[in-house]
Amino acid sequence: MSVSLLLAINSITLGGLLFLLSAGFSLIFGLMKIPNLTHGSFFMLGAYLSTTLIARGFDFWTAALVAGVLVAVFGTIVERLILRRLAGAELAQVLVTLGLSFMIADVCLMVWTGDPIRIDTPAALRGTTSVMGLGFPIYRLAVSLIAVVFAAGLWGLLDRTRLGAMIRAGVDDAPMARVVGIRVSRLFTVVFGLGAWLAGFAGVIGGPILSVYPGLDQEMLPLALVVVILGGSGSLLGSFVGSFVVGFLYNFGQAMFPELAYVVLFLPMLLVLVVRPQGLFGRQAV
Amino acid sequence: MRITRRSFLAGTAAVAATLPFPAIAQNKPVKIGLLTVKTGPLAAGGIQMEQGTIRFMKDRNYTLAGRKVELIVADTGGNPAGTKTKTQELVERDGVDMIFGPLAAFELLAISDYTAQAKTPVLSLAAAEDMTQRRPNPYFIRASATSSQNMHPLADYAAKELKYKRVMTLADDFAFGHEQMAGFGRVFEDGGGRIAKKLWPPLVTPDYTPYIAQITGVDAVVQGFASSNPLKFMKQYRDAGLKLPVLGGGTAADDALLKSYGDEAVGMISCSFYTADLDTPSNKRLVDGMVKDYGNIPGLYAAGLYINGIVAEGALEKTGGKTDDREAFNKALRSVSLTDTPRGPLSFDHLGNVVGSFYIRRTERKGDKLVNTTIKTYPKVSQFWTYDEKWFLSQAVYSRDFPPLKS
Amino acid sequence: MKRFALAAALVVLATVPLWVGSTYYVNIASQILFYAVFALAVNVLAGYAGLVSLGHAGLFGIAAYAAAKIMTSGHGHLAVAAGALAVTLAAAAVFAVLALRGTGLGFVMITVALGQIVWGVAYRWISLTNGDNGITISGRPSPFGLSLASPRGFYWATLAVFLLAVASMAVFVASPFGASVRGTRDQPRRMNALGYHVWMIRFLAFVLSGFWTGVAGLLYLYYNQFVSPQAVTLTASAEALLMVISGGTATLLGPITGAALVVVMKNVASAYIERWNFVLGAIFVAIVVFMPEGLVPGVARLVRRSPLR
Repeated sequence: MSVSLLLAINSITLGGLLFLLSAGFSLIFGLMKIPNLTHGSFFMLGAYLSTTLIARGFDFWTAALVAGVLVAVFGTIVERLILRRLAGAELAQVLVTLGLSFMIADVCLMVWTGDPIRIDTPAALRGTTSVMGLGFPIYRLAVSLIAVVFAAGLWGLLDRTRLGAMIRAGVDDAPMARVVGIRVSRLFTVVFGLGAWLAGFAGVIGGPILSVYPGLDQEMLPLALVVVILGGSGSLLGSFVGSFVVGFLYNFGQAMFPELAYVVLFLPMLLVLVVRPQGLFGRQAV
Repeated sequence: MRITRRSFLAGTAAVAATLPFPAIAQNKPVKIGLLTVKTGPLAAGGIQMEQGTIRFMKDRNYTLAGRKVELIVADTGGNPAGTKTKTQELVERDGVDMIFGPLAAFELLAISDYTAQAKTPVLSLAAAEDMTQRRPNPYFIRASATSSQNMHPLADYAAKELKYKRVMTLADDFAFGHEQMAGFGRVFEDGGGRIAKKLWPPLVTPDYTPYIAQITGVDAVVQGFASSNPLKFMKQYRDAGLKLPVLGGGTAADDALLKSYGDEAVGMISCSFYTADLDTPSNKRLVDGMVKDYGNIPGLYAAGLYINGIVAEGALEKTGGKTDDREAFNKALRSVSLTDTPRGPLSFDHLGNVVGSFYIRRTERKGDKLVNTTIKTYPKVSQFWTYDEKWFLSQAVYSRDFPPLKS
Repeated sequence: MKRFALAAALVVLATVPLWVGSTYYVNIASQILFYAVFALAVNVLAGYAGLVSLGHAGLFGIAAYAAAKIMTSGHGHLAVAAGALAVTLAAAAVFAVLALRGTGLGFVMITVALGQIVWGVAYRWISLTNGDNGITISGRPSPFGLSLASPRGFYWATLAVFLLAVASMAVFVASPFGASVRGTRDQPRRMNALGYHVWMIRFLAFVLSGFWTGVAGLLYLYYNQFVSPQAVTLTASAEALLMVISGGTATLLGPITGAALVVVMKNVASAYIERWNFVLGAIFVAIVVFMPEGLVPGVARLVRRSPLR
């Protein structure tokens, strides 16, 4: 019983981290229809950058924000220079984003060596707290709180601001948005930058749990894909719910069906796709 | 970006190497091919392997038994098909006299038959048990350890000195993890202990909590993780507030990994064929050289390759520097017996696996650094531990489910 | 002119083992050829049918594993080849039925899931697949009394299969079936309205793709004498797709060029360039920037525009 409760709490905290990871991916895919296969690399790059910033004396939270900004700058440059020429060319997008992920992985190996680097938990959030009589790491609870705050913030941005209205218009019908005077191209840059920032920031937030090492990018990318597919792309609610669904599947699947550990995410994803190809919350693909 | 320059006369060199030219042979360099992993997730260990090899060659001024050495480094990318191609490159194009590496068992298994047919000796760290047991390759020599060779003494120590009764094991779900824990289980249970449960998280496991949550009712936890996983596991284990002692194999608390650890590693008890605190002249030289050149103490990957170098040197001295008679050279490699290496004295059994010392260490904090302090040495440990070789080989190879737990 | 070029290319290909020097390069050439067969197979879907599969390494691996299992159970090479291809065709049919539930990203993700499930089985079902240690086989076949054990023999046999694959692709592209596959890519609704069975056309294209993927997987096994879960990873699927896209989708030469590029970068260039991964990635990016349609169509365009003509 206590194990189940522990797993349930952990599912929520892992779901929080997955939401931070996948929200940006979903946003980019929803608006720009770009399957951004560098998303895992952005996550890893953010984590690596923060280790350098922290070593230079930044505190954890500043490092997380700044690393996110650096990743966002990089993402914006990629969008401006390359991706915007490729609107609608999905195969070229796959090639270029995978090519970039090779390059980022190799640069990280060169700069930060192959040794794993741990990221210290921020001092205020170390230790465990008692949740319904069970010890649980405070930091993980904080991560789920951050995810909720971000979800609310993103929802507010999309639902309550002018920028959000433009983004929604772009997601629904980009040509029509153009006609009514929305500068979709600038919007794309903003959204891509925001998505990259979220990924880089998530990498730092995940750091105290995952640490950072070569291959982290390729571990995280499939998770983002699974979340977005389960939840439905382009839907904030979808990636929010999808994250927690994946959190629960992962925790209970690994613990209760160790024989199925390798397919515990992909089998449900396959079932959902076969039954409902647009995902749990997605709209019918055009 | 560094461009590695290499001989473009490779085609002709390969032909020359296959023809008997004893007179010329003495003048041309000994060619050693290093199969390692320099890109991708396994790169950390692979880069250290290269560092250890280069350190050794520098210490010998690239001259062994009077012959110049030409070192050719090949990046396998960490996958078996790549390893096979790179091995063909080293053997057929470059005509190497011997191969150091590869890193992983699944790489080694992909090239075993090929290198045996090509009569090219392979000195590897890869720990696959059966390579020196039920499916021995006559051209394979292992100076490091089989997967379980670390774990037998560790289990003995846990049962007899630490007096643990029940433990739970967690290891990466691949052959190296399986073989480690099978070895631990056999010796620990024969020593009167019991394994409560064996858990096998996949190699790629971002969050170990579903496994950590199952740890209960035991005296200690034994972890058999490798690469960056030991770090991730230990951090999440301590963050979850667990206080049970943790034991580990060679890769769990490798000396080179200590700089990546924080306080979560303090108190870990591990067993390895190599320990940086061993006080021998050759180890001191290795540690000083590594710190000077690369700013970190060596771990088992760098030391393992350094030791391979010493073994190759020993064999070359026996053959008077000759490598043309591959069978004779291979025999010489296997008959090498050394008293001073960075891991202490070593020799080989008739299957080509090392008989040498294994060290039980405790990870401690000294100032701002973590160090492993040796607390017990098991000398002359064979891959069969104290079991009878015939009996051992008549049993199935260690695996996920063998030997079954006594309960 | 075209015939002359074709004849010259054939002569060059057939004589590779005679002028390339070390057997190592003969082996590299063999690898390029069977990866080209794999890429041609992926191209049937990605190029002509507009269906991007990231699970084809699963089919590739199924062929290799099936062959290895049949061989280690003591059967002859004919049974190995026939059995492996039959298993692969059956698997391709299952893949197709599931994957064709979706189009676009849905199709991609179903193939990802299928590929990952095959990988999971290869990794975890140790009693069947020997886990991460993989299955080692010994011996290559000797069809019509010609031994494939030597690098040269294997190269020529692979070349024959490769030429057969290219010819079958040329026939496929020119056939009414090929035209209808392209139709389902460009105008699925119109095709439907015209009375074509779009699903069935896509299904058959998938099975054709699966067949040649199986052939490539079989050659891979015979070449390496070894198969392990690493042949079935998502990365392996992505690599095959990258070969097709970088060379040029929906062309015959594109996937072949892409296969040559990736094999040479991974195996030959990596000996000279330490940061070969970075360079390979940079080449992909450069291809997209300068010739987004892929190397072969891109170069053709540059040649057409060149003032020398």
